[in-house]
Amino acid sequence: MSNILRSRSTERVPATGTDHGRDAPTAPDSAELERFAARPIRPLRHPARWIITALVVVVALNFAQTLFTNPAWEWSKVGTWIVNPTILKGLRLTLLATGISAVVSLAGGILVALARLSKNPVLSSLSWLYVWVFRSLPLILVLIFLYNLGNLYPSIGIGIPFGPQFQVKTVSVLSDLTLGVVGLSLAQIAYTSEVVRAGLLSVDAGQLEAAKSLGIPRRRQFTRILLPQALRSIVPAFVNQIIGLLQASSLLFYVSLLDLFGVVQNLGSTYPTDIIPLLVVASIWYLVFTSVIGVIQYYIERFYARGAAREVPLTPLQRLRRAVGTRRPTGAIR
Amino acid sequence: MSTALEIRGATKAFGDKPVLRGIDLDVARGSVTVILGPSGSGKSTLLRAINHLEKLDQGFVRVAGELIGVKVKGDRFVELHERDILTQRSRIGFVFQAFNLFPHLTILENVTEAPISLARDVAESREKALILLDRVGLADKAAAYPRQLSGGQQQRVAIARALVLEPELILFDEPTSALDPELVREVLDVISGLAGTGTTLVVVTHEIGFAREVADRVVFMDEGVIVEQGTPAEIFDTPSHPRTREFLSRVL
Ligand SMILES: Nc1ncnc2c1ncn2[C@@H]1O[C@H](COP(=O)(O)OP(=O)(O)OP(=O)(O)O)[C@@H](O)[C@H]1O
Ligand SMILES: [Mg+2]
Repeated sequence: MSNILRSRSTERVPATGTDHGRDAPTAPDSAELERFAARPIRPLRHPARWIITALVVVVALNFAQTLFTNPAWEWSKVGTWIVNPTILKGLRLTLLATGISAVVSLAGGILVALARLSKNPVLSSLSWLYVWVFRSLPLILVLIFLYNLGNLYPSIGIGIPFGPQFQVKTVSVLSDLTLGVVGLSLAQIAYTSEVVRAGLLSVDAGQLEAAKSLGIPRRRQFTRILLPQALRSIVPAFVNQIIGLLQASSLLFYVSLLDLFGVVQNLGSTYPTDIIPLLVVASIWYLVFTSVIGVIQYYIERFYARGAAREVPLTPLQRLRRAVGTRRPTGAIR
Repeated sequence: MSTALEIRGATKAFGDKPVLRGIDLDVARGSVTVILGPSGSGKSTLLRAINHLEKLDQGFVRVAGELIGVKVKGDRFVELHERDILTQRSRIGFVFQAFNLFPHLTILENVTEAPISLARDVAESREKALILLDRVGLADKAAAYPRQLSGGQQQRVAIARALVLEPELILFDEPTSALDPELVREVLDVISGLAGTGTTLVVVTHEIGFAREVADRVVFMDEGVIVEQGTPAEIFDTPSHPRTREFLSRVL
């Protein structure tokens, strides 16, 4: 402060006599500047940021307090329900349905996206049609449709039209879980294919030209040049898809599959007094999954960021240190 | 003197806009040919047509006597399968104005990608890549990623990448146009170093000094045709065509 005041008082009025110099802060003379040059530059301070942080912390602490003081949370019951075998069974189903659908939808999504981008007009229109249908229909409708597939097509099979046929009873081959996974996957493939397509389109056309000009075989152009670069933008969007899928799997309840949400719903009607702890238990498990997925995502993204920036992205620990210790010299990356 | 590259009647239009209007060109083996011409005259299109990144409407390209991208069937040319074209391209190097290095692969991986994908020996490919990186002065950058390099360094890697398959012909499309002036020299020096090694070079560039020093032949293109060609002295000192003279007066 005092420096600024001092430099004001010694300011020289421009010889031209215009009064621009009066309001505008005048630069200190060069001798002074040279003295300043030897000192470390003070980073810009953000007082508003700290005030907002303080407000948020106060509100958060208030809420956190109610978690302990409000007896309606019934934490002791949460403790017993969270490892209840029925809940764990529901959990297993949720994980299984989500996991399988996630893998199927990534593979399927890549195929549908490739079909969409292919030069073959039949493939690309079929792919477009598929995405159009399954993005339009609500998942619950698809699931209930599949559930009633036995009524629509009592037996399913494949064969040469009007020629020999291979057929089986619909109900016997498709278990409830299979139907559930098929339903989830059908919808997810449609969304994922668009995510993949966007990723593939985001890669610079020069990359494929370079690969072509080197004579790299078609398949390897895709697996080694195009896809790894596309995955950089596909991964975050796809993880979003998986988290959506995790939540969408709660719809399986409507086709009489007892996933985590279904189990909680059932137990809630059997033990109406425990409804709050049961909901807390479900929330905790969903939060745990999402966190695990988030951590995995972080490391996958780090992997695909190779070469994208001049520096490797920071690990969470490094970022935390940097956020807290704002005064530490920046730019030091291990 | 045998012909490394032969172009006959090359014709190409984008929509109804003719871009190449009957190009005939012969390039001797081991020689350096510089292609000059105003923007939009079709230089890039011609270069890309040579390794079939761009399909010709009519005409043909032969490299070392072999038709590129097409074969004769009955009384006409038919396009080859992509697989066969890729094999042909592996014998023709291409260096892009925008480098087009693979950003997610290290410098070494950029250079070894093509030989490894063509089922060549991995250890041998590495060794050869390191020798080439050394030749372009970047042996110490083998483990770096392209974005950690300057433009000039990236383009030198791109040249090493094009060299690793030992192509008989290398095409350069304005290799120094994306570079700051002080980086142009290091790339041109690498290209000059390739002259006289037996590899045939075709270079689209606006670097007149380079053309004068290194080129065996200079080809001047305008509006999709070759207006005139000759030795650097003929083209730069005694251009016969008014359009060449006009162009040179603008760039010299
Ligand atoms: N894919 C394309 N589709 C439509 N027009 C194109 C395409 N590629 C090139 N052209 C047109 O063809 C003409 C010749 O282009 P080309 O890139 O061969 O010119 P050039 O001589 O390389 O020019 P420059 O010196 O600016 O690179 C230009 O008018 C350009 O607009
Ligand atoms: Mg060009």
